[in-house]
Amino acid sequence: MNSKPASSLERVKESVMRILRTREIPVATAFVVLVAVTAFVNPRFLAPQSVKDLMLNATIIAILAAGQSIVIISRNVDLSVGSMLGISGFAVGTLFVAFPEIPIPLVFVSGIVIGAVLGAANGFLVAIIKVPSLVITLGTLYVFRGINNAWAGGTEYFSGQRPKEFGDLSVETIYGLPIITIMALVVIVSMGIFLSRARSGRDYYAIGSDPAAAELFGIPVAKRVFFAFVLSGALAGLAGVLWASRFSSVGARTGLGVELDVVAAVVVGGVAIFGGSGTVIGASIGALLLTTITSSLTAVQVDKFWQQAVVGVLIISAIVIDRVSALRAARKRKGERSNV
Amino acid sequence: MSRASRQRKLSFKRAFSVIALSAAVSLTLGACASGTPEAPEGSADALSITYIPKNLNNPYTTVQLKGGKEGAAELGMTYLEVGALDAAADSQVPFIQTEVQNGTKIIVIAANDPTAVCPALEEARAGGAKVITFDSDAECRDLFINQVDEKEVALGQLRQLFDQIGGKGEIAILSATANAPNQNSWIKAMREEIASNPDYEWDVVAEVYGDDDDAKSFQEAQGLMQAHPNLKGIISPTTVGIAATARYLSTSEYKGKVALVGLGLPPQMKEFIKDGTVTAFALWDPSDVGYLAAHAGKALADGTITGAAGETFTAGRLGSYTIGENGRIIVGPLLEFNAENIDQYDYITF
Amino acid sequence: MSNSKVEVVNENKLDKGSFFAKAWERVNKRDLFLLLALFGVIILNSISIPNFSSITTVGFLLMDVIPILLLALTTALIIISAEIDLSIASIVGLSAATIGSIIQRGDDMLIAAGAALLVGLIAGAFNGFLVAYVGLPSLAATIGTLALYRGLALVVIGDASVGNFPEEWTSFVQGRSELTGIPFVIPVVIVMIVWAIIVLHASPLGRGLYALGYSKEAAKFVGVNVEWTKFVLFVASGLMASIAGLYWVLRYGSARSDSAAGLELTVIAAVLLGGVSIFGGRGTIPGVVVSVMLIAVVTYGFRLQRISDVILVIITGLLLIASVVGPNIYQKIREKLDSSSRNKKASSVQ
Repeated sequence: MNSKPASSLERVKESVMRILRTREIPVATAFVVLVAVTAFVNPRFLAPQSVKDLMLNATIIAILAAGQSIVIISRNVDLSVGSMLGISGFAVGTLFVAFPEIPIPLVFVSGIVIGAVLGAANGFLVAIIKVPSLVITLGTLYVFRGINNAWAGGTEYFSGQRPKEFGDLSVETIYGLPIITIMALVVIVSMGIFLSRARSGRDYYAIGSDPAAAELFGIPVAKRVFFAFVLSGALAGLAGVLWASRFSSVGARTGLGVELDVVAAVVVGGVAIFGGSGTVIGASIGALLLTTITSSLTAVQVDKFWQQAVVGVLIISAIVIDRVSALRAARKRKGERSNV
Repeated sequence: MSRASRQRKLSFKRAFSVIALSAAVSLTLGACASGTPEAPEGSADALSITYIPKNLNNPYTTVQLKGGKEGAAELGMTYLEVGALDAAADSQVPFIQTEVQNGTKIIVIAANDPTAVCPALEEARAGGAKVITFDSDAECRDLFINQVDEKEVALGQLRQLFDQIGGKGEIAILSATANAPNQNSWIKAMREEIASNPDYEWDVVAEVYGDDDDAKSFQEAQGLMQAHPNLKGIISPTTVGIAATARYLSTSEYKGKVALVGLGLPPQMKEFIKDGTVTAFALWDPSDVGYLAAHAGKALADGTITGAAGETFTAGRLGSYTIGENGRIIVGPLLEFNAENIDQYDYITF
Repeated sequence: MSNSKVEVVNENKLDKGSFFAKAWERVNKRDLFLLLALFGVIILNSISIPNFSSITTVGFLLMDVIPILLLALTTALIIISAEIDLSIASIVGLSAATIGSIIQRGDDMLIAAGAALLVGLIAGAFNGFLVAYVGLPSLAATIGTLALYRGLALVVIGDASVGNFPEEWTSFVQGRSELTGIPFVIPVVIVMIVWAIIVLHASPLGRGLYALGYSKEAAKFVGVNVEWTKFVLFVASGLMASIAGLYWVLRYGSARSDSAAGLELTVIAAVLLGGVSIFGGRGTIPGVVVSVMLIAVVTYGFRLQRISDVILVIITGLLLIASVVGPNIYQKIREKLDSSSRNKKASSVQ
């Protein structure tokens, strides 16, 4: 036990060290390095349009990653987010065609509610019936996608059938940030605060680390996990609304395959797949990194046939780095304990 | 203890007998039925025609099938459509197999891959079916319904580009999937024309693939502008690609600075004509393709034609057609759209 | 002492029956249920769907199911040991791309096949290295290799779609017996199935896999070399994927970079439906084989009746959900009944 009062310099050094050791540092560093290298090779990478595009590209995946991270932290997974996004997106398209004067906030609410309802179905099965989330959400991935196909068929709704103001949400900026990106930031920051400060937020880490112990401790595990899936669904619904704003068309194939990108982003961002650790901020940076890498590779004119392989290498490296630093941290803790 | 084991033995015996019975029944049924020839059940009078598009949940496909339905109804044929929800090389094979087994006489297919569908299609033809490809050709078919001659498709788009940016500058091509036969034949014709025509001195700096996916095509368009800031024009001979590129250009600082031409669905492209992102684009009426295929199929099944070059037949409202070399039939000319006529083509929709 | 005489007599009686009793104990009830369901669906389809009972069905169905069946065998082994391999479809694609590019260069098919198998071995070994020796969670690691291997397939074959494989090879793989409709390659598949059964159910390695699935510590305790076992498992998974890739290329006569894209989810769904627990430690090869066949028969029946794939997709999802919810609810009901009967006994004793 060190009873000497720490000097202010030592205290500063300690807080700097603590910041550097946070889980987000590796992925944030990787992102900075990536941008720096790319900008060095192709300075246009940091031109205003390019930066705006990078932010917009990351927005939708970052929102999905935020929702996925709370699910994964609680030792679950939600593979159905792509299908939920598709249904929400098509619903938005349908609403604007059926009710051209519909107020945009109402469309947002509808998308989020649809997502929340679908997420509640997942949550009910996983939290209340207590069945493995990988199996359930694989099932709902199929069921929701089937519903999307049954509803939409070959119909697609185009951006011209939505009000210009709605599409402009993905174009107009405030202080240089596109509006939908600001929405994403609000979501990410509030979720980050919730998970790290709120009592019920911190419960998720306990549930992910040791569900049985969490139960014994008095944490309402079922309620928390149910909420996590509802949140993941709601955010997938929001992502669907933003998708309809940004892209040309919404239909039966909207959001197909997005789930693996989201899980990859979350894992790259330092959220352990076994639960119990990681942050929403980290997951968002992971999303930013993954969406930026493809733009980087194009800007640096890497052969298009090599791009996907490079993304794969990136994902693996991120996981390896994360694993190595986790091992080091565990060893250090062991060392500290034995020193006492 | 013994009572429990007796119960277990009983339930085991019961289950075993049920299984043995089921096995015997199903094997017998199989053996019995395999003896009989596969006479297709159902109406021998009404000819049936099955359409197998690239995939089902696709607006362009839906327009084509609309024409097919119309044609089949006109000719008193039973119209059937089957297909997968994804356009992979192997996805259509199970559906071709279904038609083989059901003894369908006319199969109309837009091949996802020129060779993967052939083993199954050959079996269909061996069983007496007539196979027509449309939109996207394969090797093993009796006729190929091509909407517009490949050269004309290429020339039309190049001409539209020339009208907007002249003959010099960097241009790029944003295609669909890397192995789509129709894409590759159009792009090949384009490159040939650029190489041979003295007016066209463009530098084709990139050819990228959007995989017929809206978001991916959007990102590819972004990438093009990133990598080639001096790009003057983009050619996108895919309805998904051109719409996604238009959406990107229209929401970015490149709007009006880069010319975009290609093949697009009028209802989808209308907003981009109106807001000036796109000056002109082209296509045809996809439903004509489906409609013609129905008539061609009937003519083949009736024996009116055999698929040889020079034969003629009539196709309802489209008039009469002569079969070209290698079983190819061209539906009609390229339709070009611009601000003046875009409003007239709202009917090209699903 | 008179008691023991009675017991001896009883034991003798039970000895004859106890073989069956033991077998009944060892037989997995869920597998039995799946088998009954399979026979049930076959009978139902034979009765209600015209043309279903025929050797054509046998041929087409088996040819369609082979890749999934092969991949399901090794995937079952992996999931039972509490891991997962999401990269299998990408390894199939990479093998296909390897074969395609070698054939395109004009080299011999034998070389191409050998190269493909080597590629599968290496890819599996890399997976195994990451999971067993670096210690990465397999879900995360194989998401990474899923992207990596698919990307390498693009590097290897680019945007080419290779066809024209040697006649001897394709006719063997696509060939079926005239009498029974059974594909020529089925004996090979049966050998694989038998191999998998022996490995899992009759070998120390298999017992080790169950132990691993139960708990890594428990496995170490009973002497399982955890790292080596996991490594070998992933190598086997990679090799099996490349075998499936070889079959895929020859069956469809097409090799592309996107061959078999997305197949991993189908395989995992089938394995989970076959009674393998996602947590590891439970499941059987016969159960998985029956489950794959069950899904194949249901799918085939739907498609033969031209029922839309949309329905099929929804039903697959519902089945998957039911497969875990069902036993869970059944368990809870039994617990309720047990506890209530215990309460009754307790109250009656008074």
